[in-house]
Amino acid sequence: MTSAWGTRLIQIGAVAGVLVVWHIVTASGWISPIFLPAPTEVWRHLVRIVASGQIVEPLRVTLTEVAIAYAIAATAGVALGYLASLSPFLVRVFEPLFSSIYAIPIVILFPLCILFFGIGPESKIAFGATYGFFPIVLNTIAGFGHVDDRYVRWARSMGASEPQRFRHVMLPAALPVVMSGLRIGFVITFASTIGGETLASLQGLGNRIVYFGELMRGAEMFAYIAFVIAFAFLVNALSLLLEKRGGRR
Amino acid sequence: MAALAMHRRSGLRWGHGPTSPALVRLYVVLALLGAWELAGDFVNAMFIAPPSVVIAKGFASILSEPKVIRAVWTTFWELGVAFGLSVVFGVLIGLPIGLHRPTHRTAYPLVLLVYAVPQVTILPLFILWFGLGPPSKIAFGFSHGIFPILINVVAGVQHMRPVLMQSALSMGASRPQIFRHVILPHMVPSLFAGMRLAMTVTLLGVLLAEFYVSSAGIGYYAKLFAESLDSPSLYALIVLLAAMAVFFNELVRRGEMRFGRWRS
Repeated sequence: MTSAWGTRLIQIGAVAGVLVVWHIVTASGWISPIFLPAPTEVWRHLVRIVASGQIVEPLRVTLTEVAIAYAIAATAGVALGYLASLSPFLVRVFEPLFSSIYAIPIVILFPLCILFFGIGPESKIAFGATYGFFPIVLNTIAGFGHVDDRYVRWARSMGASEPQRFRHVMLPAALPVVMSGLRIGFVITFASTIGGETLASLQGLGNRIVYFGELMRGAEMFAYIAFVIAFAFLVNALSLLLEKRGGRR
Repeated sequence: MAALAMHRRSGLRWGHGPTSPALVRLYVVLALLGAWELAGDFVNAMFIAPPSVVIAKGFASILSEPKVIRAVWTTFWELGVAFGLSVVFGVLIGLPIGLHRPTHRTAYPLVLLVYAVPQVTILPLFILWFGLGPPSKIAFGFSHGIFPILINVVAGVQHMRPVLMQSALSMGASRPQIFRHVILPHMVPSLFAGMRLAMTVTLLGVLLAEFYVSSAGIGYYAKLFAESLDSPSLYALIVLLAAMAVFFNELVRRGEMRFGRWRS
C-alpha cells in the first residue's frame, strides 16, 4: 500500500515540477508563447471554456461518436469472438487471422473511412469502431476459446445442461478476459475517435484542438488538450473500476 | 495427439476430420476477396475498387508516378529512424530503470504516467514544434514506439531468476561479464516482443502525423486520392502500406524467433 502511495506522490511531484518549469520558461520569455503559452493563460482559458459551457457541444459530439462506435465494436467483437471460439478448430482458424490484421496499424484505413462516409461524425464512428473491434474480438476468443477443458467435462459428467454449463462454467471462466478486452477496446475507441477528429472533422474535441492550433491560438489549444487528457484519465480510471467489478464473480 | 496429427496430414478431404486451420484461413481470406470483387458490381465504383481493378489500374498508376514512390520511401525511412531511435532510447532508459531499484522507484511511475496520455491529442504540438517535414513524423513515431520497448526491457531484466545472478557473482564474474552473459540474454526475448509491438505503434504514429499534415509524403497522396475519389489508387496505396507493415512485423518476428530460441 505504501509503495502505491509513493508512486502517486512521485507522479504528483513530477507534474508539479513540470508546471513550475513550464511557468519559469514562459514567464522569463525563453520560449515564445507561440510555441508554448504560459500555464496561467492555459488555466484561465480552461476555466472559461468549461464555465461558459463552450465545452458542451464538442464534448457531446465526441461522446456520441464514441458511444455509437463502442456499441458497434463491443457487439460485433463479442458476438464474432464467441462464434469463433465455439470449437478449438475455429479458434485456430480465426485467432491468427484477427491478430495478424491487428498487427497492421488500422489508421491506414482512415482515408477509406473518409471516402465512404465523408468528414462528418460517421467516418469517426467507423474508424473508432474498427479500431475498438480487434482487442474485443481477440480477448473474447481468448476468454471463451481457452477455458480449461476439464471444467467443462466435469460439469457435463455431473449432469449440467448446455445452458447451465454456459452460465456456471464458461461465463465465469471467460468473463475476466472478455472484460479486459472490453476495457482496452473502449480506451482505443476513445483515442482513435479523437484521432479521427484530429485528422479530418468539422466538430468534436479533436477538431477544437486542431482548430485553435491552426489559428495559432496556443493557449486555447492547450486548454482543450488539457481537458481531453484529464477526461481520458478519468475515463481510464472509471473503466478500470468497471472492469474490476464486472470481472468479479 | 498422433491421431490428430494424422488427420491434419490428410489435408483437403472435407467431412473426414479436421483439415489444416491455415488452409481454412486461406479460404476465408479468398472468400472475403471474392466478396470484395463482387461488391464492386453492386456499389458505386467510385467507393469500392475491386481487387482486379486495384491491381490493374491502381498499382499501375501509383507505381508509374515517381512522386508517390518517393513519398512511400520517405515514410519508409521516417519509420526506420523513428523505430531505431525507439529501440536505442528504450534500451538506454529501460536498463537503468530495470536494474537499479531506486531509479525504478522514482522513474518508472513517471514512465507509466506519460504512457497513459492519449498521444494523439498532442499531435498538433509535434507539428508546431518540429515543423511540417519528416522530423515531426519521426518524433511522433518515436513517442509511440519508445514505450513498449522501455517497458519490455524493464520487465525483461526484472523477471530474471535471482539465483542466476547470485551464482554468476559467486563464481567471480565481473560486472561487464554479468551484463554480457546473464542480463543481456534475459533481456533479448522480451526486448524483441517489445520491438514487435513498437513496430506497429511506431508506424501508427508516423502515419497519424503523415495523415494529419504533409506536403509531399504518403499522407498527402492518401488525402489527394480520397478527395479526388480515385479509389483504385487509394486502395493500392493502402495495400502498399499494409504490405510494408506486414513486412516489418515479419522482420521483427523472425528476429524474435532467432534470438529468443535459447529459452525454449
